[in-house]
Amino acid sequence: MVCRMQEYVMGNGAIGLGALAAGVNLVSGYPGTPSSEIVETISKYPHDGVHLEWSVNEKAAMEVAASAAYGGARTLVTMKQVGLNVAADPIMSLAYVGVKGGMVVVSADDPGPISSQTEQDTRRFADFCRIPVFDPSSPEEAYQMIQDAFEYSEKYKTPVLFRPTTRVCHAYASIDNPEYCGPKKYEGFVKDSKKWVIFPRLSFANHNMIEKRNIEIGRDFSSYKFNKIEGGNSKKAVITSGISYSYAKEYMKYHEDIKLIKIATAYPFPEDLLLKALEGVKEVICLEELSPFIEEQVLKIIGKHGLQIRVSGKLDGKVPHSGENSSNQVAAILSDFLGTEKLSGGFDISDAPALPMRPPVLCAGCPHRASFYAVKQAMKGKKAYFCGDIGCYTLGNAMPLDMVDTCLCMGAGITMAQGFHWIDGEGTCFGFVGDSTFFASGMTGVVNAVYNNADMILCVLDNSTTAMTGHQPHPGIGRNMMGQIVDKVDIKKVLEGIGVHKVITVNPLNLKESIDAVNECEKLPGVKAIIFKSPCIAISKPDKKLAISEKCIQCKKCIREIGCPALITVDGKVTIDESLCTGCGLCSQICPVSAIGGGCNE
Amino acid sequence: MNKNILICGVGGQGTVLASKIIAASAMDSGNAVHSAETIGMAQRGGSVTSHVRIGEAYSPLIPYGEADMILAFEPAEAVRNLMYLKKDGIVIVNSVPVKPVTESLNNTGYDGRDMLIYLNKKCKCIVIDAKELCEPFGSSRYFNIAILGVAVGSGRLGLTKEAVLDEICKRVPAKFIDTNKAAFLAGLEKGEQYEA
Repeated sequence: MVCRMQEYVMGNGAIGLGALAAGVNLVSGYPGTPSSEIVETISKYPHDGVHLEWSVNEKAAMEVAASAAYGGARTLVTMKQVGLNVAADPIMSLAYVGVKGGMVVVSADDPGPISSQTEQDTRRFADFCRIPVFDPSSPEEAYQMIQDAFEYSEKYKTPVLFRPTTRVCHAYASIDNPEYCGPKKYEGFVKDSKKWVIFPRLSFANHNMIEKRNIEIGRDFSSYKFNKIEGGNSKKAVITSGISYSYAKEYMKYHEDIKLIKIATAYPFPEDLLLKALEGVKEVICLEELSPFIEEQVLKIIGKHGLQIRVSGKLDGKVPHSGENSSNQVAAILSDFLGTEKLSGGFDISDAPALPMRPPVLCAGCPHRASFYAVKQAMKGKKAYFCGDIGCYTLGNAMPLDMVDTCLCMGAGITMAQGFHWIDGEGTCFGFVGDSTFFASGMTGVVNAVYNNADMILCVLDNSTTAMTGHQPHPGIGRNMMGQIVDKVDIKKVLEGIGVHKVITVNPLNLKESIDAVNECEKLPGVKAIIFKSPCIAISKPDKKLAISEKCIQCKKCIREIGCPALITVDGKVTIDESLCTGCGLCSQICPVSAIGGGCNE
Repeated sequence: MNKNILICGVGGQGTVLASKIIAASAMDSGNAVHSAETIGMAQRGGSVTSHVRIGEAYSPLIPYGEADMILAFEPAEAVRNLMYLKKDGIVIVNSVPVKPVTESLNNTGYDGRDMLIYLNKKCKCIVIDAKELCEPFGSSRYFNIAILGVAVGSGRLGLTKEAVLDEICKRVPAKFIDTNKAAFLAGLEKGEQYEA
């Protein structure tokens, strides 16, 4: 008898457990909110015989999983939506080549955006690559759907995309999870260069095959259990997907008779199902987040079949283009569309006193604050460019540090510093990069600088973890997801190997030493690097708390200069919030009257 | 049972543990539960919320006007989320403010008092001074457990003292169980004074 367990898990946990239940053989990924907990969940549950890795970046993850799937293994790749841009090269080609074992690529979208650079839509990638995409509306559904995704992938010999959104990834629900039965048996790789080596001829032939196959998948999806028609028969219908479906269902608690068409596979579109659902319908509204993907598919199908149906949604301004949907907003949109009475909702707080803003900031004691401050002090009054990157240290942009002039995408800080150098030989150009980001996409940028003879100072903010996404290990840490102790990839040696002649390692919590290092590098030509090395405060034990003595003259320089959350004013007096202070000692090195004491640097 | 509970505060105050304990206690008592947490960048000193939905729910987030109870770890955060509260719902709020870094820099004078006046005018609320309530336990960090006691004591959470205590014992490290139990009971006593 198979023992079943109720597990209360996050949507990402449900995806991870679903993949295990599907007998996944290999899991690879790169951390990124809102996708990171999928790999982490798998690591915490029994997964004997499964290869599990945080790859160096999404492209590597995709390629590791691709060849394993060529060999018939079931593979899962996880990333956030912008990570799919990094893996765009392999997935586009892989879509032409196809796979043997089921391969599911999870790319988590982030409407809002809540923790991302863009509001891009993974469903567009599915269309672009001409591969299927699955769009779960809840953790419970995600658990089932990821298993179906493996089946469809194997049935049609194609990689498939699986696109949850933040609210599904981070929602918790109970999952009925059977006892782990181990990974699937697979045949292994069978050599066949006509099949596995991408050449123009193969791409031409497969392109044709893929377009025909997609028509077949669209038909197949018309009877897929998570694509469905609900509610009454009316002239007006609501077409929705993902989390917006659950918002529409909240509305249906009060309006049972509306016709609801749920699309769980937006590509290839379940055309037959839509045509059946639209019988007798005169007007539809499409409720979805990010791009009007379903709306455009519906318009195409209506045009193709010459139907007289009015289509509302993002394209006629009824649904906002940006930001996430919500129950309340969906209720308002549907009330307007259906001409029903608006529900009263909750308290109106437009008369509330001004609410304090709480922008995210670097934690109290964060070594990044000290690194930025040292560079800022060293460059005071001099022309400089500060190119930031993706990670906790993007928060170096906040006042009073104000040390991030640009932030574009992973690894861009290093290369953008070079661009500034080429248009302005006068300014000193800094590229800031975290340790995980350095491995993910920083190294090639350093090669570019050395090769093209750029002048720049690379600042590696090495806190020995991938902090922003929840402390995942990376190649510089000496530990991997298989629980093995491995050789650390030494950032200093990598830089020296590339040909950076000046590499200084400093403790950023020593302000003088750090400023001296920047001053020294500033005077030298070519590519210089400073490794600011100090562990993330979330993974290291604080030394001791600092305290402010009577010597304090209330000049508030500490507060004005570094903006540490542990430095607060109580009744106008500078105070240290003991519950936050880690004893990093940066403020004590700034205090003009040495009134802050007890730190680890004393 | 159908209950919606919204927990709000500032990153680092322990709201996630409080929501997990409520969710687990409700499940052990035989209910279907859904919840949602703030994760990612906002955790760095930003406003955070947890939505716990006991019983029938489709959306993981509570729709406006459907929360039976708001457990607010900070006065301004209670106001920020007040639109979620039912007209006859209740707010249990910590009166001690958390001042954001921007406040120390710009000196806007935020101290939470206006927020408490506003809340008292708008809705039914129980105001708790976390510092005072947690003083015997040596740290305001126990407030996330103490506020659960207040919620149970008020008789509005729909969960029993035993069910919640049971979960607390399961979820906190062994050496902290006694202090957490005491914090819960202190909160419970406080909440009972307000029992409807």
